[in-house]
Amino acid sequence: MRPSLTWVPRLTLAALLLPVGAGLWGVIAPLLGLVHIAGADPDQAIADLLAWPGLTDASALSITSGFGATLMALALVVLILSQLHGTRGLAVLRRLLSPLLSMPHAAAAFGLAFLIAPSGWIARLFSPWATGWAQPPDLLILNDPWGIALTLGLAVKEAPFLLLMSLAALGQIRAGQSLLIARALGHSLSGAWLKTVFPAVYRQIRLPVYVVLAYSMTVVDVAMILGPTLPTTLSVQILRWMSDPDLSLRLLGAAGALLQLALVIGALAVWWVGEHLIAALGRRWITSGARSHGIGLLRPIASGLGTASAAVVLTGIAGLLVWSFAGQWSFPDALPAPLTLRNWQRFGPALGAPIQETAIIALTTTLIALILCIGSLEAEARHNLRPTTRAMALLYLPLLVPQIAFLPGLQVLLLNWGLTSGRWVVILSHLVFVIPYVFLSLSDPWRAWDRRYGTVGRALGASPNRVLFRIRLPMLLTPILTAAAVGCAVSVGQYLPTLLAGGGRIATLTTEAVALTSGGNRRAIGVYGIAQTCAALIPFAIALTLPRILFRNRRALRPE
Amino acid sequence: MKRITAALAATLLATTAMAQPDPTNWESVLEEARGQTVYWNAWGGSTTTNDFIAWVGDRVAEEYDVTLEHVKLTDTADAVARVLAEQQAGKNEGGAVDIIWLNGENFASMKRQDLLFGPFAEQLPNWQYVDTAGKTVQTDFTIPTDGYESPWAMAQVVFMYDTADIDAPLPSMNAILEWAQAHPGRFTYPQPPDFLGATFLKQALLDLTDDPAPLMQPATPETFDKVTAPLWDFLDKLTPVLWRQGQAYPQTGPQQIQLMNDGEIDLAISFSPGEASTAIANFELPDTVRTYVLDKGTLGNASYLAIPYNANAAAGAMVVANFILSPEAQAHGLDPLNLGYGTVLDMKTLSDEQKAAFDAIELGMATLTPAELGTALPEPHPSWMEMLKAEWTTRYGVK
Amino acid sequence: MTTGLTLNSLAISRHGAPLVQIDTHVPAGEVLSIMGPSGAGKSTLLAALTGTLADGFTTTGRVILNGRDITDLPTEQRRVGILFQDDLLFPHLSVGENLSFGLRAGGTRQQRKARIFEALNDIGLAGFYDRDPATLSGGQKARVALMRMLLSEPEALLLDEAFSGLDPELREQIRALVFTRARTRNLPVVMVTHDPAEAEAAGGPILKIG
Repeated sequence: MRPSLTWVPRLTLAALLLPVGAGLWGVIAPLLGLVHIAGADPDQAIADLLAWPGLTDASALSITSGFGATLMALALVVLILSQLHGTRGLAVLRRLLSPLLSMPHAAAAFGLAFLIAPSGWIARLFSPWATGWAQPPDLLILNDPWGIALTLGLAVKEAPFLLLMSLAALGQIRAGQSLLIARALGHSLSGAWLKTVFPAVYRQIRLPVYVVLAYSMTVVDVAMILGPTLPTTLSVQILRWMSDPDLSLRLLGAAGALLQLALVIGALAVWWVGEHLIAALGRRWITSGARSHGIGLLRPIASGLGTASAAVVLTGIAGLLVWSFAGQWSFPDALPAPLTLRNWQRFGPALGAPIQETAIIALTTTLIALILCIGSLEAEARHNLRPTTRAMALLYLPLLVPQIAFLPGLQVLLLNWGLTSGRWVVILSHLVFVIPYVFLSLSDPWRAWDRRYGTVGRALGASPNRVLFRIRLPMLLTPILTAAAVGCAVSVGQYLPTLLAGGGRIATLTTEAVALTSGGNRRAIGVYGIAQTCAALIPFAIALTLPRILFRNRRALRPE
Repeated sequence: MKRITAALAATLLATTAMAQPDPTNWESVLEEARGQTVYWNAWGGSTTTNDFIAWVGDRVAEEYDVTLEHVKLTDTADAVARVLAEQQAGKNEGGAVDIIWLNGENFASMKRQDLLFGPFAEQLPNWQYVDTAGKTVQTDFTIPTDGYESPWAMAQVVFMYDTADIDAPLPSMNAILEWAQAHPGRFTYPQPPDFLGATFLKQALLDLTDDPAPLMQPATPETFDKVTAPLWDFLDKLTPVLWRQGQAYPQTGPQQIQLMNDGEIDLAISFSPGEASTAIANFELPDTVRTYVLDKGTLGNASYLAIPYNANAAAGAMVVANFILSPEAQAHGLDPLNLGYGTVLDMKTLSDEQKAAFDAIELGMATLTPAELGTALPEPHPSWMEMLKAEWTTRYGVK
Repeated sequence: MTTGLTLNSLAISRHGAPLVQIDTHVPAGEVLSIMGPSGAGKSTLLAALTGTLADGFTTTGRVILNGRDITDLPTEQRRVGILFQDDLLFPHLSVGENLSFGLRAGGTRQQRKARIFEALNDIGLAGFYDRDPATLSGGQKARVALMRMLLSEPEALLLDEAFSGLDPELREQIRALVFTRARTRNLPVVMVTHDPAEAEAAGGPILKIG
């Protein structure tokens, strides 16, 4: 009997689910009175939550920004895919996906904030010659009480994620053939896309859409930068309660976290009902036989919006870069008067330690995640395990449960177990978020690998391990490196897990950058934001170039 | 009963936590501190303070073989929460936080909940230089420090104004209101409960009230309603003419300075007389910015360092606190090119050589002289700050 | 000891439903052709012989190869070679490295390398050691795949529609090469095909299943 690998998927699931479950327990138990917090009364906490004057607004904001961002991101993706199917524009956007995706949320949000503020880059470029503004106008663009800036920012940042998942799904469903048939039956390209391809794509990207919804409802760092302040979103308020010196407020935070969780569950349920309604209506439309003719205007709109949303994020990063070299830079100058290296000289030396910490954590986390994911996938292949929908949903669970709902509880439990802080705890907490992305990114190419190569290898006398290490892993080097890059980017971008599991002692580029954001020194934020972006991008650059070098004489494996 | 429990706890602590050093025996403190790593939890939003802390780290490493790590917080309360969580989990030694920069309500809260190590402050060798007579360094927001925290910088409220847009200082809150009504959208303050925002509320209250005496006592609902009525009246008139009509606020002091540098506002509050000069030197404010104080005077207080009861490196933390009280560190901090914070030392206690280092410092183009600053007004009891923040949130913190 | 491949009352069922039953003997150097419509279980039979059946399939009966009972052996110990419709050369390895992967363990580095050069010569591909398999023509790939399999010194040969991907002229040529080599080495051959002409050309018994 060969050594069984079935324990690997179990270990992987445990690494994913135990922290989430324990964290939720740490939040709920004190509220139920099962764990006692001195000086805090559960009933009082719930009463205080209900009495908080911002409760209605903050809850409403959570819902509107969540639904708004998800709907906009999804609409943008549908528009782009249905209008630009097979065009060069889509190929260009596809190339931009990795940098857009790996951009840490905080850096992207800050770049966006500087771009669209009344004293921001856009206003500076058009002032005073076009606008007549010698001083920035007093316009409420950022931090608006309706959360519009927050919602737009999230939509722009989440659309690339949905686009990537949709493109992956398209690869699996033979969209080209369906389209050809539908067009032969007299449907326009976009009509054919919506009727034949979209339903299949949506089925595949459903869980990612849920992730975007849950994330947009509960995000903390982006909301701190772009979101309203009167009141803030519920998630930011929970963080404040959770970190207040007054203990009873912690219980209030726990009550808030529970409310946030309920809101997310409710929103997911509403979305689910909506999906079914639209599916029913859509079926009627599809079977009606109507032939819609493409609206000529939609295609330019699709390219325009796609380009604009990519441009907004990339220009924002360019803004960070300019700020990092800026001397005095007053409104309405389009560029800083003196460009200077002083900011880098001043903040650069302090970057060393956080860069090292970020790299150690990201690389270790990614390596562990890769081993667990490859082990699980190999176990699946060797033992003929079938990935069930339920198991896939479990994989998404850490992404669906709001971070703000379970991480504070985890902190309390870690303390109880004597695992105060430190790098290993941070790595364990990062694993919860890195494993799902590494798995999602790796599983399709892994399963798509032609298993007859394995049969041939075995028939040539190679053991299963030799087949794995000498054939399968080298052949899948490109997707493995891509998955590793995704894992690194996810780890680099983590804020709350690093802060809470690290006990504040673990300083990564992201915790430093967000701490600086609360200050508002744009030059320092520029330096850290650029460093953070590079930390996320360099692994992608390696994943792109390394296979080209290694496989320069292996045409079948060389990336296009 | 409570006292007996406390005494019992103290005895238990004394026996179980034998590791905690004795501040009166400085030689043994130095010995124990050697090789320790001290985690200083301080707000990380100000790059000048970050630089100062890094400098302190270099110096104590050279001098005392103590490694200083700056844990950058977005809010000082995070560190307090951390210590509380550790206490709650029964982690009474080897805690994650060794030294905290705090004052006011965070100190009151930690002291009330027995979360502090000490008393140690007045046993520090450099305590001899501290100006206990002329500066408020032994009470913190009316709460006696009792040696549980060591002062390290003096702060006083000043207003920064851009002389390119405002001709002359606005000497009272009512003058500020009049100016704001004539120039809507050009003034704001950090959003309470931010520390500086809450300070603006207290400053406005002190300037508007006729009788500040009740502010030195704990607030009651009756005194609060009576004393703060003029403040709400003032804010009701001010809010509609604030930047963004009061629908958004900068979240912190530095964000407010960024707004001023972007030309979005012309007037801003600061709790550091040297901050404007430092910011000008770092391109963070236009060089047309100057500072002034209100005619009736402005609030002042000291920033303190405290050590949690379960600190892992209490000896190292005391070495750091003592170094920061040294004439060398205080002069370094006073220089606007470094930090621009007021000193807590009494110049009369210093040698001529030490004094010369202070005299040589250029205070900067936007910094007022001690005479111009005048005597600082004392901080109200912390209960006022808490109630002001809560009331402000109810009135203006929800749209 | 009987030489050749014996399928002793071999029966494969899927989730309890009988799929293929076969009881036959393939003498050394002979070709057994198996024909049947798609879904009849041709490939499943080959998977049973290589030991790569998916879960849900159960087999009864024995598979005996040159007197060895290989029914329960792991694939790599069966010494059963297989060729598929596609060449399945490992794309990350050079032509020479592909052959080395197949070559049975043993011998010094130099001896092994000499064997590979000899083998390349043998199939008319001298000088191809460092070539990227993706740059070979269809016929060249097929020859490398065959040689890789032969170097592993199998005791039986399975062909899973091995020639249907090739154009007619080439098909003829490669088929001749494979059968010649198999006969020279006295290998029993089991060939699965849907093409009657191909089964005919193999010259051995034809078994229809399904």
